[in-house]
Amino acid sequence: MAIAMTVNGKEHALDVEPEMPLLWVLREALGLTGTKFGCGISACGSCTVLLDGRAVRSCTLPISAANGRNVTTIEGLAQDGTLHRVQQAWVAHQVPQCGYCQSGVIMAVAGLLAQTPKPTDDEIDAGITNICRCGTFARMRAAIHDAAEGEGVRS
Amino acid sequence: MKKWTRRTFIGAGTVAGGGFLLGVAGFTFAPSRYSLVSGDAAEKGQLTTWITVTPDNIVTILIPHCEMGQGTHTALAMMAAEELEADWSLVRVQEAPALDAYANGYIIRAAGGNYVPAVLARGVDYGTYKLAEWFGFQVTGGSTAVRSTGEYGMRVAGAAAKEMLLAAAARQWNVSVSECTAKGSRVTHTTSGRGATFGELARLAATQRVPTSPALKSPDSFTIRRTSPTRLDIPSKVDGSATYAIDFVTPGMLYAALEIAPVYGGKLVSVDTTPAEAMPGVKKIVRLEEAVAVVADSFWRARRALASLKPEFSDAGHGDVSTASIFAAFDKALGAPPEVPNHAATVVTADYRAPFLAHATMSPMVCTAKVEGDRAEVWTGVQDPLNARSVAAKALGIPAANVHVTNFLLGAGFGRGLPFNFDYVDLGVRVAKAMSPIPVKTIWTRENDIQHDYYRGAALSRHAGALDANGLPLAAHSNYTGGGNGEAVFMPYAIAAKTAKEKKAAHPIRLGQWRSVLNSQHGFFKESFIDEMAHAAGKDPFEFRRGLLGDQPRFKTALEKAAVMSNWGAALPPGEGRGIAICESFGTIVAEVAHVAVSPEGRLKVLNVYAAVDCGDVINVDSATAQVEGGIVFALSAALLSEITIKEGRVVEKNFRDYPMIHLADAPKVTTAFLRSGAPLGGLGEPGVPPLAPALVNAIHAATGIRVRELPIKNTSLRKA
Repeated sequence: MAIAMTVNGKEHALDVEPEMPLLWVLREALGLTGTKFGCGISACGSCTVLLDGRAVRSCTLPISAANGRNVTTIEGLAQDGTLHRVQQAWVAHQVPQCGYCQSGVIMAVAGLLAQTPKPTDDEIDAGITNICRCGTFARMRAAIHDAAEGEGVRS
Repeated sequence: MKKWTRRTFIGAGTVAGGGFLLGVAGFTFAPSRYSLVSGDAAEKGQLTTWITVTPDNIVTILIPHCEMGQGTHTALAMMAAEELEADWSLVRVQEAPALDAYANGYIIRAAGGNYVPAVLARGVDYGTYKLAEWFGFQVTGGSTAVRSTGEYGMRVAGAAAKEMLLAAAARQWNVSVSECTAKGSRVTHTTSGRGATFGELARLAATQRVPTSPALKSPDSFTIRRTSPTRLDIPSKVDGSATYAIDFVTPGMLYAALEIAPVYGGKLVSVDTTPAEAMPGVKKIVRLEEAVAVVADSFWRARRALASLKPEFSDAGHGDVSTASIFAAFDKALGAPPEVPNHAATVVTADYRAPFLAHATMSPMVCTAKVEGDRAEVWTGVQDPLNARSVAAKALGIPAANVHVTNFLLGAGFGRGLPFNFDYVDLGVRVAKAMSPIPVKTIWTRENDIQHDYYRGAALSRHAGALDANGLPLAAHSNYTGGGNGEAVFMPYAIAAKTAKEKKAAHPIRLGQWRSVLNSQHGFFKESFIDEMAHAAGKDPFEFRRGLLGDQPRFKTALEKAAVMSNWGAALPPGEGRGIAICESFGTIVAEVAHVAVSPEGRLKVLNVYAAVDCGDVINVDSATAQVEGGIVFALSAALLSEITIKEGRVVEKNFRDYPMIHLADAPKVTTAFLRSGAPLGGLGEPGVPPLAPALVNAIHAATGIRVRELPIKNTSLRKA
């Protein structure tokens, strides 16, 4: 199937099976390896990207569903060399440990803040359901609040 | 012996016996400059095996440990930079390649004496283990990096490098060394004010005599240690550029998906490959002894074709093994509870049960390999690249020297990537051999990972304790199955009769080391039991423990600190409770208090965890705190939810839906305090784990009166009776 989609502002035309998950197209066809494979069943969120600005789990999303749409991956989150406020907050709070899940978490948070600019703790709980085996959740929460305040950097 | 070689060093080390430390120091610098790094070494100013200063005044520290999120690279660099008097902003780190020169096993051994890294215990006989054999290890595990490589390697290397830079400056200016000082990556001649950067002096420094016993700084003059510089690996972990094994690509590479015999030890009996061979992108179906692999031009296509196969595997004679059969064997092996003194006023007995657990690192196992003739390239993520090299060489039947291993950032370790656990390297190179010389990346699915782990062992522990008429303990005994060691079963309490005896009950489930190793089960057992004894004595669990720690000041201080942090004793609303526990592991004592709320319907919420940590001293305060926080969350997931069950010899759970983890919503607020007791540095990656489960069940008991004696907690109803 011929697929046309925009990834991080760049247009791509591909010919792949319509049921191939977006994750593997991003990683193997486009070389965007920041998006991670964690479970393959949309349970962990390591593969989260933005599809027309909304967070989606790309490991189960068939590429046909991305046809004609805009995809943003972790590689496309920074603008003009400036980290996105969520990324800045992640550095300020030293959130990542092993880091493997964090691309997905950061994208999920970027998606959450686009919908809910100042989330409450309950909204964060409901909106961020990614798995992090290193257990960085408390720092994530603090960083989300900082990013929502637009500060990004803690002194 | 002017020019040390590795061989003479080993000889000297072995003969000297206890002289490892000196040997390590000698090995660390001397051979590096003469035999390991040739040619451009002087140009670059390679000062020791681990430290390079380049003319641009950048200090690069090679770290012989992997980074899996525990902050090791940064902490070890801080220890070297502190002694070197480097300007931290001019320090870079690089992971050492998998070469014998960077083996760290000897360092871990040298740090030993009173410490045996439990992670290596399996299959290793310490009493007879020769120093030379440790060259096969470049391990990161057992919470050893900072306290062995850091204390006995990095600090010494940094101090030696500084002395060489000072000597170079003195020579260049024709002044006495004693008139020169180093600070901020610069040497200054104090009397004349002349100065030069480390970079300017590097070339001359590399030709200076290597000091055999450089002076180390005293803790009160530390300027880099005990601070919280940002971790060097973090920037790449927020922009997607951090490279893990799964991200590696090489031209012409194919992808493989695996199905492994579901019963450990089983073999591939038959598989009809015809339908899969015709599927798009499929290059080959590879039959291995215990697995079948589909190699294709994309991982998704390989996996799709694999799903169409109906391979038949044998069950190695273990088809009737189940969780129930294993625990029945445990129960039989334990027999009657241990005997307690017959003059006891009160006898307390209890059984505790811990399940098999998977590591479930976020990154599934990945190994890319290219096999060509008698040579191989391997790209993977392991906690011991040198040992991975041996595994690959053995699987391919070629010399280890012909295998080159490139190690990537680990998508966490938790013990899964330790030596003896390299089935993914073993399988990966065999798949690649079948495709030789095409490079193949074998990616494990989450199902492969959950079902083919080296599991944390299940265990059953049978306890009996006795109290006198005043509620003072006379005895606390246990018999346990599932493995143990002196550290794991150690109870610091002053109880006249304390024993813990292992009873053997074999089973065929493959076991490995899981974050905090045997402490993860025994912490739960012993600290639940002491709590039950406190209740039987009618005493407050904190005060009861405290009263028994009179001759264990470090334990007592940590316990008291955790109590103060948690406001122990202050009234709580109905349905809430606090529980306390304390464990020593890997040289670090951690006391934790869990504060929970249980609804009348039995819904549990962990509100707060307070941790008082005595690891001697702290290198990077913020990343040390992160290790404690992470250990607590890791332990919490396990205590609440995790259980690997066995049915018909195979693992039932497949993925995160049936092997669930806690989420952000479930994570408690964690408050950590470090006690700087000045004791030898302890580990930090693991010690936060063991006290959590007992603190939690003790808190649940305080909140509800329900005593949970079996993990995971989800298997016990907490509904109000």
